[in-house]
Amino acid sequence: MAIIEIRTDITGTVWKVLKRVGDAVEEDEPILVLESMKMEIPVAAPERGIVEAIHVQEGETAPEGSVVARIEV
Amino acid sequence: MKKVLIANRGEIACRIVRACRKLGLASVAVYSEADAGALHVELADEAYAIGPSDARESYLRVDRILDVARRSGADAVHPGYGFLSERPSFATAVTDAGLVWIGPSAQNIADMGDKERARVIASQCGVPVVPGSGRFDAPDLGGIEEAGAQVGYPLLVKASAGGGGIGMRRVDDVSALRATALATQSMAARAFGDGTVYLERCIPVARHVEVQVFGFGDGRAVHFHERDCSTQRRFQKIIEESPAPGLPAATRERMAGAALRLCAAQRYDGAGTVEFIVDAASFEFYFLEMNTRIQVEHPVTEMNTGRDLVALQIDLARGAVERLAQAAIASRGHAVECRIYAENPAKRFLPSPGTLERFVLPPESAQLRIDTGYRGGDRVTHFYDPLIAKLVCHGADRTEAVDRMLDALSRTEIAGVTTNVAFLRAALSHPVFRAGDVSTGFVDAHWAELVERKAA
Repeated sequence: MAIIEIRTDITGTVWKVLKRVGDAVEEDEPILVLESMKMEIPVAAPERGIVEAIHVQEGETAPEGSVVARIEV
Repeated sequence: MKKVLIANRGEIACRIVRACRKLGLASVAVYSEADAGALHVELADEAYAIGPSDARESYLRVDRILDVARRSGADAVHPGYGFLSERPSFATAVTDAGLVWIGPSAQNIADMGDKERARVIASQCGVPVVPGSGRFDAPDLGGIEEAGAQVGYPLLVKASAGGGGIGMRRVDDVSALRATALATQSMAARAFGDGTVYLERCIPVARHVEVQVFGFGDGRAVHFHERDCSTQRRFQKIIEESPAPGLPAATRERMAGAALRLCAAQRYDGAGTVEFIVDAASFEFYFLEMNTRIQVEHPVTEMNTGRDLVALQIDLARGAVERLAQAAIASRGHAVECRIYAENPAKRFLPSPGTLERFVLPPESAQLRIDTGYRGGDRVTHFYDPLIAKLVCHGADRTEAVDRMLDALSRTEIAGVTTNVAFLRAALSHPVFRAGDVSTGFVDAHWAELVERKAA
């Protein structure tokens, strides 16, 4: 059991949170979608796991490098 | 008309301020929190805050914009492109408030904005359209497999309310059709408030050529020749040029004629662009959509024809337009435009917001025009599109125009955000581009090579 922090590579507004705490995610499956410069940027799970925490809400700005979610793998 | 409110930001707002000044009109800027110190705010005669950085709470707020019009005493509104420019309800709200709307009629915008209705109107006036299906209103997808078979693969699932490459997904065979259509419906419902989609044949090797038109509202219209906008990434244009290289004269004429028929049929009122997809092998062309606004790439046409399209828009709206004869609108030499974006081509064009720590552009001249909404030290935020500047070069012929652009880009120094400048240079130097053989698949097909190449 390990916790992985998922960070965003770019600054964006959280457009849609697709998963909830406790949801299972596959590798590369999007957990949320950011909107930056009119583009949709999915933030995906780096590996298969369970969503342990989501640190952002829809409409909020997620700065570059910030932790947006954690998964337990 | 004495004072124009510009319901936009960035380079196009600056461009409209300049047109107003040239015509002796005062200008009113609006700005969000993120744009408080922006260039368009500095250039305009007056400026008013309209809310938070999120465009939905500022540049898309009709009530706040009309309130600024009242407070400032503006008597006309220019919408620029994007934001509210193609919302018929905004055009109506502006005229209902007793203001002059600088743009096509709400009816024109509504007719062309509904992509499916636009296709029907186009085919009714003899403009060829790409084989396509009827509409599927969310969440109904009944009969979509049959419609897919009729349209033929590969095809595109398109959102009726979409545009500019947003709300468009490619499907290569029936197995992915239903899921893709469903995803497009839900995305379109969220993004545009309308989940209606339709299917359209995808022409594998295609060029994107569009005709700049201007209608006088009485059935008369003129064209300003075509622009080739085939160099695209993620369905967004990055290089545009006029005239379209290698397009046979007969095709150019037929295309312009089709665009004018479409304008005449709807008594089109103002500047617009009729977009066509051209089969790169046969030069057969098909109507794609009509954009009822001034476009990002309009300076290409202005450089080539010596005409000021924004001034024409304003003059038409205030009833002072020159009755231009078609024969007086000549395409001279060749013009090329490059869009400098804050993005990282190496990361598949991922946005790169940040501060312009260094922002040096070559000096403008008769052959080089620069449209930008930024200065050194400005922040390019994630709230809006990634366009930093447009460079437009003119030459006696295509080679001269492209060489001039390569030189201009080589003298462009931007630091603090990652840009596509090196990528643009590589694209302009690529043998396929130099030969004038670019199709819409060019960037995808040569992406790795263009990212690696450090240009000529």
